[in-house]
Amino acid sequence: MSAWGFTLIQALLYLALAPLLAGWIQKVKARLQNRRGASIWQPYRNLFKLFAKEARMAHTASPVFRAAPYIVFAATWLAASAIPLLTTDLPTAAMADVIVIAGLLGLSRFFLALAGMDVGTAFGGMGASREVFISALAEPAMLMAVFTLAMTAHTTNLATAVGDLLVSAPFLRPSFLFALIAVVFVVIAETGRIPVDNPSTHLELTMIHEALILEYSGRQLALLEWAAQLKLLLFATLLVNVFLPWGTAQSIRPDVIGIAFVLFVVKIALLGIALAVSETLLAKMRIFRIPVFLNMALLMAFLGLMSHVILEVGA
Amino acid sequence: MSITLALQLAGGAIVLALLSALVSFFPAAVRRHVAMPLFTLSGLVALVAGLVALNNGGVATAQLPLGLPWLPWQVRMDVLSGFFLSIIGVVSFAVGIYAPGYVRGFEKGSDSLRALGGFTGLFLAGMMLVVIADDAFMFMVAWELMSLSSYFLVAWHHDHAANRRAAFLYLLMAHVGGLSILLGFGVLASFGGGFTFEAMRGAPLSFGWASAAFVLAFIGFGMKAGLVPLHAWLPEAHPVAPSHISALMSGVMLKVAVYGFIRFVFDLIGTVHWQWGVVVLFFGSLSAVIGVLLALIQNDLKRLLAYSSVENLGIIFVGLGLALLFFAEGHPLIGSLAFVAALYHSVNHALFKGLLFLGAGAILHSANERDLEKMGGLLRRMPWTGFFFLVGSISIAALPPFNGFVSEWLSFQAALQAWNLDGGVLRSFVSIVVSLLALTGALVAATFVKVYGVAFLGQARSRTVRRAHKVPLSMRLGQGILAILCLLLGILPTFFIELFNAVPREILGHGLSQVSAHGWLWLTPISEKTASYSAPLVALILFVTLVLGLWLVGRGARRVRLGDAWNYGHASLTPSMQYTGTAFVQPIRQVYGLLFQINDGVETQQDGRRRYFLQVTDRAWGLLYAPIARWVEWSSRQAVRLQSGSIRIYLGWTLAALLLLLWLEV
Repeated sequence: MSAWGFTLIQALLYLALAPLLAGWIQKVKARLQNRRGASIWQPYRNLFKLFAKEARMAHTASPVFRAAPYIVFAATWLAASAIPLLTTDLPTAAMADVIVIAGLLGLSRFFLALAGMDVGTAFGGMGASREVFISALAEPAMLMAVFTLAMTAHTTNLATAVGDLLVSAPFLRPSFLFALIAVVFVVIAETGRIPVDNPSTHLELTMIHEALILEYSGRQLALLEWAAQLKLLLFATLLVNVFLPWGTAQSIRPDVIGIAFVLFVVKIALLGIALAVSETLLAKMRIFRIPVFLNMALLMAFLGLMSHVILEVGA
Repeated sequence: MSITLALQLAGGAIVLALLSALVSFFPAAVRRHVAMPLFTLSGLVALVAGLVALNNGGVATAQLPLGLPWLPWQVRMDVLSGFFLSIIGVVSFAVGIYAPGYVRGFEKGSDSLRALGGFTGLFLAGMMLVVIADDAFMFMVAWELMSLSSYFLVAWHHDHAANRRAAFLYLLMAHVGGLSILLGFGVLASFGGGFTFEAMRGAPLSFGWASAAFVLAFIGFGMKAGLVPLHAWLPEAHPVAPSHISALMSGVMLKVAVYGFIRFVFDLIGTVHWQWGVVVLFFGSLSAVIGVLLALIQNDLKRLLAYSSVENLGIIFVGLGLALLFFAEGHPLIGSLAFVAALYHSVNHALFKGLLFLGAGAILHSANERDLEKMGGLLRRMPWTGFFFLVGSISIAALPPFNGFVSEWLSFQAALQAWNLDGGVLRSFVSIVVSLLALTGALVAATFVKVYGVAFLGQARSRTVRRAHKVPLSMRLGQGILAILCLLLGILPTFFIELFNAVPREILGHGLSQVSAHGWLWLTPISEKTASYSAPLVALILFVTLVLGLWLVGRGARRVRLGDAWNYGHASLTPSMQYTGTAFVQPIRQVYGLLFQINDGVETQQDGRRRYFLQVTDRAWGLLYAPIARWVEWSSRQAVRLQSGSIRIYLGWTLAALLLLLWLEV
């Protein structure tokens, strides 16, 4: 099987696994709160239901509103497919390096925010405003952390970087730890989890992502929900495969891939538990507390970069 | 085809531009049908000339029978001139197609269309003369022609006092900058022993004198380019001109300043030093961040676009600063990469800023509105302009697969090679600049979500906007050309980089060797292992996924049902309930509040109603411009003491001055 063929399979795997991660986190959270909770397959049922339902749209909606779910979905999926899930033998990683991935996520955010402003409701505008606000704070921290890694591995190609990290194992470097903390903070903000946003709330004045997609229904809503789950899996994969790359295959031999898959599922499941625990312990922040949270991420990323360029280069 | 042909074509383009200026003074019937086509043709010829020069390389020179007896004007065509000539050409071409429809809107007004056409032609000729000038004398004459003719264009709507004030400020700043450039040339000329650029290239300069010349050039060209903290005139002057002129000023004239800086520093001075790179990087990144934050809070669309030009020129100068740094430190490959990134961004900015200003002009033409807070829902009223404006917004927000992303990607790749530099301080400095670039990128996206969301989406907030009509075909065509180019430069970067690569190869003696080593699909600036980006494949896969998604999920059989907006169950949605632009940026304004001068509060009006007011101003006024203005006024008051009214004292002063000069001469 060619590398491109496997890349397609991996991209489909992203689509298939994304709702599962969402379901898993919900389930663990429910258990932590002494509830039985819905089945971990519930997100699949929701998507299936929404796809079957009729879509309804406001008169005032423009073509941007119609096109946005498809663009958001396509851009997020393409970004995900360039991140090594099981193997570093990934032609899409050469096509889209980590800066392109950030760009594609930016494209999807751009259209999501535009769609929020399209119908002309106050909620949509508020969501769009907050979404771009948070991303403006998170972006520098994210890129600074990524650049620390890119400078360590001397590449922005994620597959090459992960392959390099597997060999050189620089995991005890201070820059890496700082970058890890920064990325965790950013991922929480970017995927709209507690304490930045709450994906399960529809409280009018606190929601961000939900406010953006408030006017959507039916299959359009399904696509957006799916894209959001995909984004969560994308960032989770980025975290575990860059910072804990052990087990990631460097070829597409079936046995190595099998081991990689098992290890990946274990790593993601553990990450999901960690996320659920933190979401149970923490409360959502007021919107103007978020800059403090993200400046912390920026500071961590900055310390990581500084300790890299000052202490580690040439060492 | 050869480089000589390129020079001849450039000459032809200048003659055409001058003819277009001349024809504008003919009777209205002739003017209407001949002047703008000549202008368009001039742009097209300039574009061809530039592409021929870029494609062939080499140098062609000629002497004009103009100028001083001992210093005839020298003209010269090389790849650098060709590159900037093609930028001038392509935007002028689109503007020339767009302008007739737009200018027709002024026919009923009181302002002279002759003056508009005449100075537009002169302006174009001036810019083209600047890029082919080969001696300091001709360069300054052409520079002045460009500045003065654009002054008259800025002052064209002279009914409003604010416009006259903006034009005066523009004239003043253009001349302070011009003076600084002149002094910079003076340093080079006195060491090189002549005013021709050839003599200046050979000037033996010590580090101190070279730095003095560099600083003068940086101030002069940086002022024209609108770098912070000298930028405050730019957002006053550019928006005041008619929109197609704003497109030329922001899209093209600022690039002429970039050309001047590159010609002066990289070509004439030649030997560069890393300290210069640090200075340019500092002011470049400062301009990028401050420029975009100020753009974000504007509610006047054209002012917003002008502030965004400050930001984009900042990004271009970040690229040039990186190039200086890496060349001085002996890493020519990375230096060329940063240089190409700056060139690429120059083209990109010319294209998308031209496009966005033409879009703003279309709104002005059909709804007579510049205030974002009164717009809304324009996408439905003017679908083509809305579509092109969307392309421009995505491009300027540096999102794939459009052109802005390519230059941002190249800049990041160059900056990420900072580990090659010696010393932790330089490496961390470059890294901080990189994160400022990332911040800028995110804020630009926020800015253009605001612009597009408030102006084109939602519902109209005023009656004129609700009745906006489509603009004529020619205006849509002008925007369409630029939009298509934005996409082309976004999805086929390897072709264009190979073309632009001639500039660092011939001017700096080192180019990028690996750009398309793996075929045109793969952009690999340094090596395949370091980084690669395949814009055509990304665009293709995005497109295929979109089409597949639409086909699988959104098939026509299951139509979308239309109804009222749900709006969380709240009934009766009115346009005034929408988020405004001011509200949209409130969180960001609050976080970066220190950078603005914010004056807000609640005031009680005469009828007893209370009203919230908010005024945000650029700090550059209070921190830099106002003190200088006060100092100038103070020193002129001191100078007034000389004016005693007595002729004997005046004669005494004259004698003293004469004696001083004689003493200096000895």
